[in-house]
Amino acid sequence: MDSGERLALARELVQQLESGNEAEVTRIASMLSEGVESKLFMEVGRLTRELHEAINEFLLDPRITELARVEIPDASERLSYVISMTEKSANTTLSAVEAGLPLADDLGCQARAISVQWERFCNRELSVDDFRELSRELGGFLELTATRSKQLHGHLTDVLMAQDFQDLTGQIIRQVITLVHDVEDKLVQLVRISGSKLPEKQKDAKKLEGPVIPGIDQGDTVNGQDDVDDLLSSLGF
Amino acid sequence: MNKNMKILIVDDFSTMRRIIKNLLRDLGFTNTQEADDGNTALPMLQSGNFDFLVTDWNMPGMTGIDLLRAVRADPNLVKLPVLMVTAESKREQIIEAAQAGVNGYVVKPFTAVTLEEKISKIFERVGS
Repeated sequence: MDSGERLALARELVQQLESGNEAEVTRIASMLSEGVESKLFMEVGRLTRELHEAINEFLLDPRITELARVEIPDASERLSYVISMTEKSANTTLSAVEAGLPLADDLGCQARAISVQWERFCNRELSVDDFRELSRELGGFLELTATRSKQLHGHLTDVLMAQDFQDLTGQIIRQVITLVHDVEDKLVQLVRISGSKLPEKQKDAKKLEGPVIPGIDQGDTVNGQDDVDDLLSSLGF
Repeated sequence: MNKNMKILIVDDFSTMRRIIKNLLRDLGFTNTQEADDGNTALPMLQSGNFDFLVTDWNMPGMTGIDLLRAVRADPNLVKLPVLMVTAESKREQIIEAAQAGVNGYVVKPFTAVTLEEKISKIFERVGS
């Protein structure tokens, strides 16, 4: 129906209204609105079909099933492995340090004992017998130093080797980051299909946030120990 | 400061307990025991004559803040000095710990110097 025809119908409608012909008024009014209504129905139909197709497409996307069935459980496994690797490394390092510290202390202790005698020797206060004793001690100390240094070297090498987790966990975490991005994309798509607005994120004040991570808003956090001390002293600590 | 005092270290990560234990030993405190959360720690504190408690905040089971509250609610433990060593660094949490009666608060990651400083400060104040 073009505008000329519609205008003609509208005039007809006014005429019929003025003459009070109810039956004609209803007939003409429905003829006029017919076009509009069918357009509206068509539009709703089209949108419904599009929505239906989009949802179907989304559900049929093999990536989604793969993400849910394989990759997310995999990612949990991977991250657990990261925890166990970093834990193992920390334990190896701690063990090496715990084994190494007494060795260093032992060396220091013996050196201090000998240096007392050594000072007396330098001040020419040692008898010949004392000197013989000192030389024997020095000989023993040099031997001990060689042994202890070899042992310390071994422990330090253990510490060195225990750092290999960094490379491996780095790779694993990078894979998981990629996965998280993928999931994020899919979720955004889903939100777009459903057309709903994302509600503002509510921060739970009671939730424990853990370590401060640069670039992530975790609420009102302190900036290191100095801030903690300032805050506590402002509270009368 | 009595170097023989009995110290309980509470953290759910065994590596962190080992680090704190080693640092304390370096400072001359060798009489230490460990627990992995508040539920394990509380009975130990109640029966063990501890002189000092070093605890993490975020632990499964009973958290450090709940442990602190339980300690302050127990007439036998109400005066036990408590140092919190935690990654939690929100202002309101530090205030919450202070209000619950913590004696010192160290945020992770921390240094040996910080730990020593806080411990001596706590015992200066307790002693005075």
